[in-house]
Amino acid sequence: MAVATERKTSSVGPLWLERVPGGWWALLFVLLTAPVWANDFFLFQVMGWTFILGIIALSLMFLAGLGGMVSLLQMSVAALAGYMVAIFGTSGVTEISMGLPWWVNIPVAIVIAAIFATLVGALAVRTEGIYTIMITLAIAAAFFYFTRQNYGIFNGYSGFNLVVPPELFGVDWRRPVPFYYLTLGCAAVCYAAVVYVSRAPFGLALQGVRDNPRRMAALGYNVTAHRIAAYSFAGVIAAIGGILLVWQNAQISPGTAGIPAVIDILVIAVVGGLARPIGPFIGALIYVLLRTFSPDFLLAFGLSGERFKLIIGLGFLAVVFFSPDGVLGLWERWKERRRQAKDPLTGAGG
Amino acid sequence: MQAFVTRRPVWSLVIAIVVALLFWLVFAPWPAELEEVLGRKRVFLNAVFGGITLGALYFLVASGFTLIFGLMRNINLAHGSLYLLGGYLGFEISEATGSWLLAFPIVFVVVAALGVVLQNQVFSRMEGQELRQTMVTIGLSVVLADIMLWIWGGQSYTIFSPDWIAGPMTLPVIAQVRDTGEVLYLRYPAVRVAILIAAIVIGIAMWLILNRTRIGMLIRAGVDDREMLAASGVRIQFVFLAVFAFGAGLAGMAGIVGGTFQSLSPGEDTRFLLASLVVVIVGGMGSIPGAAVGALVIGLSEQLGLVYAPTYSVVFTFLIMAGVLAFRPQGLFGERR
Repeated sequence: MAVATERKTSSVGPLWLERVPGGWWALLFVLLTAPVWANDFFLFQVMGWTFILGIIALSLMFLAGLGGMVSLLQMSVAALAGYMVAIFGTSGVTEISMGLPWWVNIPVAIVIAAIFATLVGALAVRTEGIYTIMITLAIAAAFFYFTRQNYGIFNGYSGFNLVVPPELFGVDWRRPVPFYYLTLGCAAVCYAAVVYVSRAPFGLALQGVRDNPRRMAALGYNVTAHRIAAYSFAGVIAAIGGILLVWQNAQISPGTAGIPAVIDILVIAVVGGLARPIGPFIGALIYVLLRTFSPDFLLAFGLSGERFKLIIGLGFLAVVFFSPDGVLGLWERWKERRRQAKDPLTGAGG
Repeated sequence: MQAFVTRRPVWSLVIAIVVALLFWLVFAPWPAELEEVLGRKRVFLNAVFGGITLGALYFLVASGFTLIFGLMRNINLAHGSLYLLGGYLGFEISEATGSWLLAFPIVFVVVAALGVVLQNQVFSRMEGQELRQTMVTIGLSVVLADIMLWIWGGQSYTIFSPDWIAGPMTLPVIAQVRDTGEVLYLRYPAVRVAILIAAIVIGIAMWLILNRTRIGMLIRAGVDDREMLAASGVRIQFVFLAVFAFGAGLAGMAGIVGGTFQSLSPGEDTRFLLASLVVVIVGGMGSIPGAAVGALVIGLSEQLGLVYAPTYSVVFTFLIMAGVLAFRPQGLFGERR
């Protein structure tokens, strides 16, 4: 969904414009005109949240899809950035918040989150595959407990409230329509950045490292440095998502990066598909829709609305069990089958 | 042991000094200066024994996890759910029958059966696909956690221990020497001592089975080279099923133990999953002695941290893990593969 705007901004010549498929234009049109046909709840709660979770899951997709490193740390990085905005900016906890202007606290938050991601990445790249998952999960848990216990910096159990975006150009960015465009813009920029990096020399080398680290090392690439750099880049993206998240909720507490939230990000990225950058956004949309509407749906069937986790869990289980590459994979296989069935010459598929 | 001492004399000396210091702190009556620095000896002793008992519980959970991983390379992130399920079932059974001991075999069999289903229906379909196994077991743990929340609700349960191990017992460890010269010995809950003894017995039994019996030989051979073992005519799927069932059943029994000396509530499953992860990362994947040492280290650091630096006790655990990862990524007892 964020694709469309990215294509628009990155297309300089008419040749580029022609290459963009019709579907993207339609999507761009739908997304840009959403405030006309959608109500505020849909814009703020559904779409805003989708873009935010999509951005955080996108950082996981970048690490897992292009780097082959499944990191469960991204939610913690995002939450750290959110905390930093609350600490350096303004919040309801005036004893801790420093109240620096937005052009200081946002860059500082992103830089600190990126440094944290890099440090943990340096630790995590010493391990491979399943070990990476376990170590990042353990560090994410440590982050959660640390923020819950620490009252000096992170204000412990209650966290920070009243963290709102700055008023720029006379616009209150937390009103539904401006916030919708803000998240849409950020999602588009992050999407564009991931697409660009995946085609840049660094991204190509990273994919080489994913596929065959020994060969890349033999070719003279510094495998470890590429992996750590991938963590830093993903950390920046997650930090952007985290800042938007704290603005949307207007508060942040240890629960923001609790184990369930950490696993939700993995669920979103995997359900959407780790192969392409659009996957996380599709996964996020499915997750948010389920999360928002399944209580009503369950109540209609006489079940308690609290069982939405069961639905999400079962859905996730079904997707990973039957289609390891997520919803995108299902879609591509369906397209492939249709294409093969239609082949008129051989009759047996192309 | 001999080889380790000759290869790493400095480290052996450091370890020996630390162990000796610990023994001295536990058994000797403390001089007054030490009490000024560290506080009452009774507090320290309680923390140490609490840590060892907690370590025993962690060992029960983590040894199944590490055994399953070591043999089958199966990563079972639903292990914590098996623990919690075992605890809830044990609570129901001990309430219904009034017998605490009876709960153990029943829970072991039920949770082991669930483990067999897991291995046969889930893991055997995705052998070698670690990432998919992780995802599927994470999904399973989410679903199981919600079903358990549905059935047992959000309140916490405690399983009551039978009368014969309720109450404190006196340990032959000096807690305090009064000014009058009277010696006070440490009194400690008997349940915890029973748990500790049970964990030690189970640990030694596992070690004996692994190293002295035929099935243990098969398991060790499977850990080293699965294909070769299968090629030499062993029906390896049965070995897998047996090990998975044993590991799962052990986690279920640990649930009863945990429910007896702590409590059962939603969220305990992730807590114990994380504990087993940290224990096996510190101890080394697939190693039973590693799990024992890792569990002891983590349990002690958690309890001592709780007493001497309550705010950051949880963080100590993860600092130890980070330290091990930074200097010995394969774990203390792990082998580089």
